[in-house]
Amino acid sequence: MSHEPVLLRMQGIAKRFGGAIALESVDLEVRAGELHALVGENGAGKSTLMKILSGAVSADAGAMQLGGARYAPRRPEDAIRAGVAMIYQELNLAPDLTVAQNLTLGREAHRFGVLTRGAEKTAIDDVLTVLGHPEVRADTKVGSLGPGPRQLVEIGRALLGSARIVVLDEPSSSLSAAEAVALDAVLARLRARGVAIVYITHFLEEVMRLADRYTVLRDGRTVATGLIAETTTSAIVEAMVGRPLTELYPHVPHEAGEVVLEVTVVAGTRLPREASLTLRRGEVLGLAGLVGAGRTELLRALYGLDAVKRGTVTLSGQTDTGRSVVERIAQRVGLLSEDRKAEGLALARPIADNVTLSREVSRCGVLRKKERDAAVSALMTQLGVKATGPSQLAGDLSGGNQQKLALARLLHQDADVLLLDEPTRGIDVNAKAEIYRRIGELAASGKAVLMVSSYLPELLGVCDRIAVMHRGVLGPARSASEWSQARLLAEATGGAA
Amino acid sequence: MNERARRLLRDAAPFIGVLVAFALFAALVPGQFLTLYNARTVATQTVIVALGAIGMTYVMASGGIDLSVGSVIALVSVVAAVLLRDGWSPGVAMLAGLGVGALVGAINGLLVTRLKIVSFIVTLGSMGIARGVAKWLANEQTVNAEPGWLAELMRKTPDPRWLVVSRGVWITLVLAGLMAFVLHRTVFGVHVLAVGSSEATARLCGVRVDRVKVGVFAIGGLFAGLAGVMQFGRLTVGDPTTAIGLELDVIAAVVIGGGSLSGGRGSIAGSLLGATFMAVLQNGCTLSAVPNYVQEIVVGTIIVLAVALDRVRTGRS
Repeated sequence: MSHEPVLLRMQGIAKRFGGAIALESVDLEVRAGELHALVGENGAGKSTLMKILSGAVSADAGAMQLGGARYAPRRPEDAIRAGVAMIYQELNLAPDLTVAQNLTLGREAHRFGVLTRGAEKTAIDDVLTVLGHPEVRADTKVGSLGPGPRQLVEIGRALLGSARIVVLDEPSSSLSAAEAVALDAVLARLRARGVAIVYITHFLEEVMRLADRYTVLRDGRTVATGLIAETTTSAIVEAMVGRPLTELYPHVPHEAGEVVLEVTVVAGTRLPREASLTLRRGEVLGLAGLVGAGRTELLRALYGLDAVKRGTVTLSGQTDTGRSVVERIAQRVGLLSEDRKAEGLALARPIADNVTLSREVSRCGVLRKKERDAAVSALMTQLGVKATGPSQLAGDLSGGNQQKLALARLLHQDADVLLLDEPTRGIDVNAKAEIYRRIGELAASGKAVLMVSSYLPELLGVCDRIAVMHRGVLGPARSASEWSQARLLAEATGGAA
Repeated sequence: MNERARRLLRDAAPFIGVLVAFALFAALVPGQFLTLYNARTVATQTVIVALGAIGMTYVMASGGIDLSVGSVIALVSVVAAVLLRDGWSPGVAMLAGLGVGALVGAINGLLVTRLKIVSFIVTLGSMGIARGVAKWLANEQTVNAEPGWLAELMRKTPDPRWLVVSRGVWITLVLAGLMAFVLHRTVFGVHVLAVGSSEATARLCGVRVDRVKVGVFAIGGLFAGLAGVMQFGRLTVGDPTTAIGLELDVIAAVVIGGGSLSGGRGSIAGSLLGATFMAVLQNGCTLSAVPNYVQEIVVGTIIVLAVALDRVRTGRS
């Protein structure tokens, strides 16, 4: 398809959010009728670029052309009118309406406010033919459809709005194998009509199988682009990683001691499908894998927030098949949530409440205010939390300080086994370095750390051993020195299989 | 405006509201408004809404709502009257009233936690059920009974005179102090506020969220029950049609006092001031012959203003 005319051209796109540079200079060219894979690590700038394309945010610098004309959407509606359609992971459909109602939602044909059904019918039938799915019929309620067919309805919406470019963000991550096949077929039919598809994915096997061309982003720049036929998986991985380890990871010497946690073929309700691991005192074990692979679900099941459906958990010699959070805390297990704002902290409450919530400083149910404030202040100093005092609201702190607060809670409850889920997500580099040093110190003091991260340099820099989870199944843990970013990425994306 | 000034304003706003209303009526109708008798009247009028508001502060701080307060007051007044009529002592009638209130509250809490139905719907249901049971027990009439010392609770000029205001007022103040202590200085109180602020965080930290919720609704019911006993003391009859819509006054008092419908916040002192504010307004309007509809419009406006002001104060930080 390389001979097709260029439909979309983005040149020198740059974007800052406050002090953080999201995009430094990105170029992207998409041709009519092609499937263009956009790849890059988390934080490389893919979502920001697509937000600019879809008019959700505006670029600080750079220019865009669509079909030869200048394209500068100021609102999402501008983008939709110009024929750019985003299909989000969280689908935007009304479950109580029918497929046909969803397809035409917001642009119903009407006369004086009364719907005129006939006019739309041909167009809807045409779209349904393209979708070609037996379950997706005009009068089916969307709520009764699974995630795959729903995604098709969403694509159908774009099609009915005569989209020229359809952007799909991780479209296959929530689909079964059969649903993915159906999606592939629809994409092929779309391309036959000259619609260009921008396909964001972490699964490199999909890239190799489906895409015509690819563009790799790294640290807000375009680092590679070209024809899939002229590249290899490993070349793409290299382009994605290609970054030296910095001095971000202060090494605190620590040594592995006795086994404190043993997980044997544990499965959750949906995820993980199978996970076994051994964690020792004085050790940091990393869990790599793609978002949605089941790493978070594993931590939550171990901590008692989600059910353990199969398998056993052995903590300090006691074996069980799942316990409640209260029991886990009593067994000195602590969990740092990946979702700091919604789950990790009660933002409307003061710092002191947040730090001591899992282990109150009290006698006979009455708080010991002085002792409590003293303990909280000591932890804040220890972790370098910048705040006015224990009574400041958690929500008033910066992201990095909030994360330290969440970590302070685990220190306060004196957890021996720390389950850390994306401990440095969305915080600045200095705060990251401090968290890394803390993790090293915790291991040195004999605690066991099980850490999930989607940022590979961090896993390689902080962990002693790393295991990779791929689609719900946890692979064997190997020493961090045996891994490289390329190997981790290959195993996480299934490229190694 | 800096952080401290903003917080001070937030805490002081209901107090300022009461002062302004007080000054206004003191200027308009000094002869009638500024008397000891009238002060006693206002204080006693405040008791029922104030007691309901103490319980509601807990329910709302945990992120819930209790619409059954008015119906529980009516039910409890009927229960107390029926027991007294049938020869039980005032003490038994009072304890039974408190027990009925707490029971309705606990059932509300169990329905919310076990059936995972939002509290608005659960208590909308129990509002109807409690009202219906009250009418059934009372045969759809007021129940006459000899109130005994229960009438003393709400007597505006108490005996002995040195109490100055009615026993009900003192009971309310003591309980308010106790419940403010429980909310801010005990593990239970911190857990209530944590559940209201972020249920997921509370769960993550091993807070027994369901127990907290049942406890909070039981407290709400208990205070509604006490308000019901006071109502009986005031009316000296059991009236199944009393206190219709009173839960809305109670919610308004909490909201004016700084409580939030989305939970995580609440101040017993604020709620008391909110209740006082509305009583002062009602009393002042009556004395200065301002028609009832003006009063309704003013209260409605104040509720919206209080919340809007709160958005402005907290929204920026």
